[in-house]
This record gives sequence, C-alpha cells and structure tokens, in this order.
Amino acid sequence: MKEFKYVIKDEQGIHARPAGLFIKEAAAFPCSITIAKNGKEVDAKRIFGVMGLGVKCGEEIVLKADGEREEEAIEKLSAFLEANL
Amino acid sequence: MLLEGKSVFGGIAIGRLSVYNKKEHQVKRSKVADAAAEIARFTTARETAKEQLAGLYEKAVKEVGEAGAMIFEVHQMMLDDLDYVESVTNMIGTQQVNAEFAVATTGDNFSSMFAAMDDDYMRERAADVKDISNRVISILLGAESGALSGEEPVILLADDLAPSETVQLDKSRVLSFVTRLGSTNSHTAILARTMNIPALIGIDFAEDVDGKLGIVDGYTGTLIVEPDETTLADYREKKAAEEEKKRLLQELKGKENITLDGKKINLYANIGGVADVAGALANDAGGIGLFRSEFLYLESNDYPTEEAQFAAYKTVAENMAGKKVIIRTLDIGADKQVDYFGMEKEENPAMGYRAIRICLDRTEIFKTQLRAIYRASYYGTISIMFPMIISVAEVKRIKEIIAEVKAELSKQGIPYKDCEIGIMIETPAAVMISDLLAKEVDFFSVGTNDLTQYTLAIDRQNPKLDAIYDSHHEAILRMLRLVVENGHKENCWVGICGELGADTSLTETFLQMGVDELSVAPSMILKVREAIRNSRAE
Repeated sequence: MKEFKYVIKDEQGIHARPAGLFIKEAAAFPCSITIAKNGKEVDAKRIFGVMGLGVKCGEEIVLKADGEREEEAIEKLSAFLEANL
Repeated sequence: MLLEGKSVFGGIAIGRLSVYNKKEHQVKRSKVADAAAEIARFTTARETAKEQLAGLYEKAVKEVGEAGAMIFEVHQMMLDDLDYVESVTNMIGTQQVNAEFAVATTGDNFSSMFAAMDDDYMRERAADVKDISNRVISILLGAESGALSGEEPVILLADDLAPSETVQLDKSRVLSFVTRLGSTNSHTAILARTMNIPALIGIDFAEDVDGKLGIVDGYTGTLIVEPDETTLADYREKKAAEEEKKRLLQELKGKENITLDGKKINLYANIGGVADVAGALANDAGGIGLFRSEFLYLESNDYPTEEAQFAAYKTVAENMAGKKVIIRTLDIGADKQVDYFGMEKEENPAMGYRAIRICLDRTEIFKTQLRAIYRASYYGTISIMFPMIISVAEVKRIKEIIAEVKAELSKQGIPYKDCEIGIMIETPAAVMISDLLAKEVDFFSVGTNDLTQYTLAIDRQNPKLDAIYDSHHEAILRMLRLVVENGHKENCWVGICGELGADTSLTETFLQMGVDELSVAPSMILKVREAIRNSRAE
C-alpha cells in the first residue's frame, strides 16, 4: 500500500471541476484508491464521495492506493494534486 | 412596476418577459412486478442521459469554452458514480419500486447531503444533483424539456436556471436572464457574462408577468414591468447608444486616427477629474487634451494645497503612461463659482473676473497650481494651457511666473520637466491676434463654447436664445481657419477642445482646415475616430 499526504492550496478547495478531473485520473488505475480527511475515508473514484468530503483550502488529505500499479497511481495522482489543487 | 434586485452583468434589455416553466415532474411511487426489467429501464435512461450530457458538453465548449463546459462532464461522472447508481438499483431491487421514484429519492438524498455542507459552493452543488436526477426522470417519463416557445427574443425569468437548462436554450433568443434566486457566481450569472447580456438576480417577480413587456436595467439592477411610454422611449435611446458604443468599440478600438487619404491627427479626451481617466483609456484616447483642473477647487472647502493638486496631476500623468496630458489651469468665475474665493457678485460674469484674470491678479493661487503641475510633470508628459487669454502681455506675464516657479523648484532640488505651453483660444481678441500669440506658445486649443458665445454675443445660459445660437456659424468657421493658419506659420499646433470638436458633421471640415488635434468627451472618441477614418483631408 502506498500513501501520500497533501495540503490543499486552491482557494476554493476541491470543487467540482478538479474533483471531476481527479476522478478521471484515479479511475484509470486498477488498484483501490481512497482519499481521507480527518479520518473519514472515501473511494477516490466516486465523485459524490470526493465532493462530499468538502475539502477546503488549507486542509490535509491522505491519498492511499492499494493493489495493482499502486506506486504509479500515487505518483500520477500526487502530481495532479500538486499541479491543480 | 419597478422591481429591485442585484445586477450580475450590466446592459439594457427591452422585450417580452417569459417565465421559464420548469418541468417539475410529479413522481409517483408505484410497485413493479419485475425489478430486473425496471433496473434495465433505469440503466437505459442513464445511458441516454449521459449521451445528452456529452452532447451538451460539446455545445457548451463551443459557446462558453472548456472551463465553463466542464460542469457537464462532472454531471456525467455523477451519473457514473457507483454510490448513486447502487442507491437507485438497490431501492428498485429491495423495495420493488418504479425507477422514477428510486431516482427521485436518491437525488433528494444526495442533494440534501450537499445542501447540509458548511460551504456555499458545495451547497450550490445540490442543484447539480437535482438536475441530473431530473434529467433521468424526464427520460424515464418520456417528457420533453425545453422552455422557449415562439420566435421573438425574450427576457427570461426563472427561480434559477441549471447549467443543463441554460445550455439547452437557444441563446439567440435570450435578451437577458432574471432570476429570483441564484448568486453572482451561479451558472446563470457566469453564462450571462460570457454572453455579454444583462442579468439580474434576487428579483421577486409574480408569475403573471409572463408575456408582458419589460425592461432590464443591468446598471441599476432593476426590472421594469409594463413601462410607460416615456420610460420606454428613454430606455430605447439608452439601448441604442449602448449598441452604438459596442459596435464602435468592436470596429474601432486600437485603430489609427487616419483619414482616407492618409492624414493622421491626434484624438484626445476631455476629463474633469482623476476618475475620468479610466473612461478615457477604455475608449482609446491618445492622450488628455483638456484636463479641467477646476474640480480640485470646486470639490473642496478651501484652496486646495500644492500637495493635493500634485497628487491628482501625478496620478493622471502616471495612469496615462507617457501619453500627453494637457492641464488647463484654474478656470473659475462666470458659471463656476467657488465660495472661498470670496468673489463679488458681477453684472456680467461671463465677461468678468474669471480664469487667468484671477490667476494673474492673485498670483499666490496661480503659483501653487503651477508648482504642483511642474512637480507632476516629472512623472509623465504634461502640457499646460491657460484659459481666457486676450493679449500677448498676459502670455508674457504667465511665462515670467513660470520662470519663477521653475527657478524655485531647481533651487530646492525638486525634479520637473519642461512642459509645452499653450493657450485656449476662446475670445475673438485671441483669434484676431493669433499670429502674435503663436510666436509665444507651443500650441493653441480652441474653446468653441466660449468663442461662440463671445463672437455671436449670445449668452450660453439664456435658453431663450437657443434658437439663434448657431454653432456652425460661418464666423466661427472662419475664425478657426484663421487660427490654424496663424498657428502653423509659427510652428504652433492647433487643436479644438470645445464641444464642436466632437461634432462629426464638421470633422472633415476641421481636417481640411489642418486642425492637428481634437479633444472630446471620452464617450465620443470612437465616434469621432470613425468620422476621421471616413474623411478626406485634401
């Protein structure tokens, strides 16, 4: 299992557009991927779950990937977070 | 009837009001015998909905760009969301309910999740969930969505409009959006800004306004229902002026002020204060041809200090970024009175103690202003012009005072630049001796309003004389011609900063006379540019 911690820098937090793009990226991997905030964990491939976390600017999220191509998934998604959020 | 709300985009729209009829579906719960077949119905409807959204995405990309269209991709993802799909299929499977009911209930549950979040943005997403659910339900029910009937463009009124609703609208038929709810960041507001049409939010309209004539004023944030004739005529005029302005901006912004036969002239703006600079720049002014410095004196309760004046002149010079700024020194008296100057009441103020006459009499006031102007000259390209000149002696005296001011500044080590010196030609006397005056100055700027008043002996303030006040009087045109000729003989350029300068029926005449510069109200610049570009100088 691979993990990555990230503090959101986008002023609007994880709003609909980046959430949509993020989910598209996540869905491309076969492994299970989750995002957690304050201990609440959701499937990173489900848009309602991700948007439902209501992640705001300055909050920390924990990204976890478990299974096939987990390393690649974390690498790609962490790069996405850094570039977009 | 006047309704007040908040404007999210300026502009004026006049047209029939059309209340958007949301297809609020009456979803009834019913029991189904074959749950598997019902789930299949849902799956097919969901696929159809996604196809529709893909189509809307393509349409929106063309209309509002990729970022604005992204919402439809998000909607597709929402329909793909396993939590959402599983909720619907579980409900059908376990409760044996119809797909419409399962979708409506799921939609309600998910949207209340968003509605409960402590974030304005996320709360607004509740509408997105409702929107996708309604789409699926419409498909299941075989209902048609859509709003506009008829052919005539309308002002569209609604509670609020979802992105899927706005994108499906035939935009060429929407003059304006008016909503009861919504925020300045709602989809409707963003769309209105993209489409460049006026939009209002927070307007509490009654349903029975449908079909009535209305006016949207996007500047004041008001909706006028069934306006009276006067109001309507007034707004038609405003609207026409607005459209003309838009057209001019589109066609002429960034273009040169050049005649058909290749002569270029300077087209500057008249401004009455620091705040007008934005308008001058927005309308593409090549410089400021008349900066009326009176506002500094009229707005205050005592003589404005050198510092206050310096700050104002410097701001304008800096904002114009090196483009010419012609400051006219104090021009009060006559119709512009200032209490603290303590001036006596005059029988005939237009011919009285005013403008340069005050300055040359009370030189301490004049010197304060000149010091402020020279100090500001360091920060841009400033020219100075003097009003109400009637003699060479006056100009010589002004130049002496300027020399004193400059000497003082040099002595104090305060930086300044040399400024072009010019005079207003607004008395018949100045016209007649313009050959002599031209030897003394760098430029002339003709103030046609006063020049006409003095030449025709018609008091500008007397409305009874309006009928005989002829701004195109041959006497004035001959004077202009004489001033240009005399000016050019001494390498003195000649401009017009009075109202006549903006009279496009004379633009070609001015060009043929050899006028070098026209300075007009910011809103007239592009109109005059158009006239220049359609004129011949020879």
